[in-house]
Amino acid sequence: MNFDLTNISELPAGPDAAHIALFALSLILLVITLIRGGKKTIEIEKIVEKEVEVKVEVEKIVEVVKHVDVEKIVEVEKIVEIKAPLQEASPAAACQLLSLLQNEARFVDFIQEDLTGATDEQIGAAARIIHTGSKKVINEYFSFTPIRNEEEESQVTITEGFNPSEVKLIGNVLGSAPYRGILVHAGWKISAVNLPKLAQGHNANIVAAAEVEL
Amino acid sequence: MSDITMNETAAKYSIGIDLGTTHCVLSYIDLNAESDQAAKQLFAIPQLSAPGSVTEKHQLPSFVYQAHADEINQDQTPLPWDSENTALVGDVARQLGLKTPIRLVSSAKSWLSHATVSPHDAILPFSSPEEIEKISPVMATSQYLNHLAAAWNDAHPDAPISEQDVTITIPASFDPAARNLTAQAAQDLNLKHLNLLEEPQAAVYSWLEACGDEWRDQVNVGDTILVVDIGGGTTDLSLISVEELEGNLTLSRVAVGEHILLGGDNMDLALAYRLKMKLMQEGKQLQPWQIQAITHACRDAKEQLLSDNDVDTMPIVIPSRGSKLIAGTMQTELTREEVKQTILDGFFPATSIAEMPQQNTRTALTQIGLPYAQDAAITKHIAHFLNKQHDALESDAGDFVKPTAVLFNGGVFKSNAISDKLIGIINDWLITADVEQEAKLLTGIDLDLAVANGACYHGYAKQGKGVRIKGGLASSYYVGVESSMPAIPGFEAPLEAVCIAPFGLEEGSNVDVATHQFGLVVGQPVKFKFFGSTVRRDDVVGTHLDFWQPDDLEQLPDIEVTLDSASRNSGDVVPVSLSVTVTEVGTLKVEAIANDSDETWEIELTVRQ
Repeated sequence: MNFDLTNISELPAGPDAAHIALFALSLILLVITLIRGGKKTIEIEKIVEKEVEVKVEVEKIVEVVKHVDVEKIVEVEKIVEIKAPLQEASPAAACQLLSLLQNEARFVDFIQEDLTGATDEQIGAAARIIHTGSKKVINEYFSFTPIRNEEEESQVTITEGFNPSEVKLIGNVLGSAPYRGILVHAGWKISAVNLPKLAQGHNANIVAAAEVEL
Repeated sequence: MSDITMNETAAKYSIGIDLGTTHCVLSYIDLNAESDQAAKQLFAIPQLSAPGSVTEKHQLPSFVYQAHADEINQDQTPLPWDSENTALVGDVARQLGLKTPIRLVSSAKSWLSHATVSPHDAILPFSSPEEIEKISPVMATSQYLNHLAAAWNDAHPDAPISEQDVTITIPASFDPAARNLTAQAAQDLNLKHLNLLEEPQAAVYSWLEACGDEWRDQVNVGDTILVVDIGGGTTDLSLISVEELEGNLTLSRVAVGEHILLGGDNMDLALAYRLKMKLMQEGKQLQPWQIQAITHACRDAKEQLLSDNDVDTMPIVIPSRGSKLIAGTMQTELTREEVKQTILDGFFPATSIAEMPQQNTRTALTQIGLPYAQDAAITKHIAHFLNKQHDALESDAGDFVKPTAVLFNGGVFKSNAISDKLIGIINDWLITADVEQEAKLLTGIDLDLAVANGACYHGYAKQGKGVRIKGGLASSYYVGVESSMPAIPGFEAPLEAVCIAPFGLEEGSNVDVATHQFGLVVGQPVKFKFFGSTVRRDDVVGTHLDFWQPDDLEQLPDIEVTLDSASRNSGDVVPVSLSVTVTEVGTLKVEAIANDSDETWEIELTVRQ
């Protein structure tokens, strides 16, 4: 039992608070899981009941974490109405992309490697493999288009009704649309994804098979 | 005939298939589209890219992988149209073959025109251990076509490929047997409208399509276009002449070159070996798998270093095989000077028009393999072609054909330095021969896709919507007969040749060899010697040669016929005459017709021993 005391003292709250926060979080996750399980509308009533229970528990929790949890609860209510406010990123697709990057660009090999003793020349050589391979994967399976076609560092006007997930306003965000500002980054949007389709029962977790030469 | 079938089932699409040595491409045009300008499209071919993973690519690598039973789980090879699929064709085969070459079927196309191996024999992967299941070159070719067809049918359930107008490309240098074999490989597709088109012609069609109506401004009556098509594994040459018919410009393919197994892959390999030597001098030994990695890297580097830019060196990195990337990685570089020496001076040396490719006599114990070109100098092969075909044109060309325009095709020409140098050398030949006008370089085609694009445009042009190139047989054909003279012990009776199909015989036409009768024995295979000539243009059917220059006639694989006849006894000799048809598809059909009854037998052109 060697506690690193300095680290613990750096925590803003005591260990008790942290534990409670974790407990609360796990409960909320449980709720989400339960709600996700029942997608049929008939089950909505049951879900609401469970939510009420949770709220009771949340109130017991110390002030620090309460704020966060309340927000989560609001989202949970949305789940009941729209059914899918948070989409789960597909782990298979993520593993598949890593596998493609490993095969073409040795990406996982490189990230897992300890670079401490390596010279810049060695890292440079590896970087070329990573760059050419990754570029091949990215270009082959994704089509990118810039979100704004204007020159970067030029004046642009953002009209009313723009999509905030496409255009992010930064700096002196004041006033109302139309906004005038400098285009700092033109943005990237994936216009088409052409990832390989996977066979039923394909284990995407195997990023690179072990190789044995006979 | 063909018009009637066209009306019965009107094709919706014209499909062009570039059946390449290293990869296949499929382009198509909607024939019902209203617009004047043909809108060709490239078909994305779903294929396995790794076990368990299906992706769409515009190229289907021409490889089959014969996997070991323990290598891949059975449920990991489904295709969108076949969940039970077990064949490994395309990208997955190429990938697996990089690490296990003994199980990789490759270059099936080159084997189709191989003189000494029967293309129906299961020989591929070539010279692999016996345990590995082999397939024939025809079977491999048909696997590529079947994959393309299944992919097409899956994407176009309302327009199956069997009903479409399909054009498959072949090297201009393919002999009649190799053409027939390609058509045989397409048999499973049950195509109602199949055409075979020579690749250099397809490149010209692609150029016509790219130019639109303006092609008439680029060439004039009397022009001769030299087409140089350098693929991955072969170099294919053709001459197209621009003629006038009833006031219109027409194009006619007047000569084709020999089969030259020399292409872009040889150049990449040459660079890889150069780097191997360089590393050896630094005391670094390379494993075979590292050579492969270098070859791959050289291809990209070559393009960079032979383009108009100021890049002088390109780094070449060979990654380790293990999971430690940093420790095992080897690095070297390729310089502009090295590429210049190896590619420009090695493959495109500035030779004179009189310099011919070197033919070393092979040692007696040569291994049966593909007959790769012995002289890497492509310029010498072109010079040889222009010299050999000096009679090809209507007008007197002198010692060699002097092209007035040149069309380059193939990925190799993406490097400006190569096309600049080659057109420069051709123009030097013209200047030395006192020709005033330099040859004009025709441009505008997509160097990677021109063959497939041109093939689908050919189907479109056939419907009267565009210019057609007149083709016909690019050779005259002969059978060998023993001369009738008293037998001299120890000497074989001298061989004479009878022309059975004249040069330029067009698709759909038929000739009968009425001048000669042949006696065939019933019940057992009878063989004929078979010859082709790309230079004897004036021989008519029945022309009897008792002497010829060795270069004039090239011996082709024997032709064979087995006469099975219910009405005759085995061993009877039947007097027959021969009848030759160039089919609509573009293949040669030879029939033996009995003179004393109405029986006919088809003669196989595909026998090789």
